[in-house]
Amino acid sequence: MSVTLQSPEREPVDFVQMLAKVCLVTFLVSLGVIVIYPLIWMALNGFKSNSEIFGNPFALPTSFTIGNYISAWNQGIRNYIATSIIVTLGSAICTVLVSAWTAYGLTRSSLPGKPYFVGIVLGGLMLSPTVAVIPLVRMMQDLGLYNTYWALIILYTAFRIPFTTFLIRAYMLGLPRDLDEAAIMDGATEGQIFWKVILPLCKPILVSCVILHVLFAWNEYLFAMIFTSGADLQTLPVGLTSIMAKHGTNYAIVFAAMTLSALPIVIVFFAAQRFFIRGLAEGIGK
Amino acid sequence: MTVVKHDYKGEAAAIGFTLQRKAGNDQTSPLSGLLSFRWVLVAFVLILWFVYYPIIDNFIVSTKNQDIFTGETAFVGLDNYRRLQSDPIVWTAILNNTLYAVISIVFQVFGAFVLAALIEGLDNERWRRFWRAVYFIPSAISITVTGLLFYFIYQPDIGLLDSFLTQIGLGNWSRAWLGEEHTAIYAIIAMSQWQGFGYSTLLFGIAIQKIPRELYDAAIMDGAGTWRRLWNITMPLTREMTGLMVIVTITGAFQVFNEVMVMTAGGPNNSSQVLGTWLYQQGFIENDFGYGAAVATVIFVITLLTGFAQLWYTRKRRVHL
Repeated sequence: MSVTLQSPEREPVDFVQMLAKVCLVTFLVSLGVIVIYPLIWMALNGFKSNSEIFGNPFALPTSFTIGNYISAWNQGIRNYIATSIIVTLGSAICTVLVSAWTAYGLTRSSLPGKPYFVGIVLGGLMLSPTVAVIPLVRMMQDLGLYNTYWALIILYTAFRIPFTTFLIRAYMLGLPRDLDEAAIMDGATEGQIFWKVILPLCKPILVSCVILHVLFAWNEYLFAMIFTSGADLQTLPVGLTSIMAKHGTNYAIVFAAMTLSALPIVIVFFAAQRFFIRGLAEGIGK
Repeated sequence: MTVVKHDYKGEAAAIGFTLQRKAGNDQTSPLSGLLSFRWVLVAFVLILWFVYYPIIDNFIVSTKNQDIFTGETAFVGLDNYRRLQSDPIVWTAILNNTLYAVISIVFQVFGAFVLAALIEGLDNERWRRFWRAVYFIPSAISITVTGLLFYFIYQPDIGLLDSFLTQIGLGNWSRAWLGEEHTAIYAIIAMSQWQGFGYSTLLFGIAIQKIPRELYDAAIMDGAGTWRRLWNITMPLTREMTGLMVIVTITGAFQVFNEVMVMTAGGPNNSSQVLGTWLYQQGFIENDFGYGAAVATVIFVITLLTGFAQLWYTRKRRVHL
């Protein structure tokens, strides 16, 4: 390269840069190992027998039999996954639909006093479920929703509306106004504008919101633990702790169960990474 | 939802930025204005009923002592709050939450910022995407799973950590990390850093990507090295994000529940209690709803303060921008 011809002092700089680069890569790789190895260990332990688990923790399983995975699946994971899917999808649909309505009302309808409404909706971001949990137990018992799917679907929806509305609202604010005006000229009502013009245009952010909501609902623990008590109504995170309590001594099954609960969401994340990151980017502001 | 801490980050980082946006113009006739209320009606009912009202109700509950099974209640005024003051576990919990906040700020704000800057400085977009994704994986997994996983990793008999220490010749450091009073909370916090730093790194990465490339090109033309660029461009232009992340991390740290519950449930001997688990212990294990609600009020006040700090901070930044 011409650089070396120009200045002989360049050489040590390149060496320093090279060294910096090696250090950087070593650092990134080591950190990567710290992050990933425990997860691999978890999956591998799911293949081991209980006595192997008590042996050298770094050893590979002697054989890759999926016996533990099958027992874990049959001893509850199947039901927990079913519940988690119902609650996650139910609340995802409710949250995104209601938030899209709200965002539309807050950006494009002729609602008076919009800034105050925006304040109320987004103020909800500051309130934490932990603080609300004791009153909510009584409320859910009074409503007869305690220990039902609905308790979780309603609460996940209510607590996620502020954030989801925020994201969709930001996106809608960025859509050109001419669209609505053209539609109004054609005699469209607010309802028609929402369903036929705005909602289809919002599809990218709606997908991002669904992904963010799925990540949240699939992993939620506090509400899931407090508002469901029956084994057939437990979501994965709660079910996992009951498997732990039941099979506390059979570690291999617990490891298999943990791996099975982590797997779907990791797959979802990798499949939908693009949408997830866009949702966050949208949230951070353009 | 704020219990799942990583989730909360994106959420709360968002709050401030909204305020910078103007609401659209209103051209209103009273009737169509009233009709337009239907768009926000469902959200309002849900939010006011299930998010706002419980906060008020929580305060009412905290002034009573009641039993969920017998349903008997007695008004006790501020007794539960007096009890808070003299409850040593409350102070342990506040201390633990504070530790959580401080350590998380170091790793998940400043550490994550540096890491994000390093990753975004890589030449190859494929590798940038790769590292962002790898570090993020633990954040996608439920805290229950990661909590249980580290519960096992910290076990002296089957765990990775003690075996690893023995192998590198530090065998005398090995111990039952979660079983000893002075290490339990640190072990939990360490797990939380492992899980959460990738999320912050991703957020900082997005913030760094928003910085116009021309600034860096111009700086390179002027002969600014990597550190100068980091110091003079990346740092100032992500300061807003950093400030928000500090506040958000503090908020999250005072709402911690899940990992402590799964890993130690506050033990041994209440040494790793945080406000969230103490609330649960009092409210749901001891069935002392009134006192549990008083603990909840403490969390509420602290998170409200950090929430206002966040608003104040973003407003202030907005003036300067």
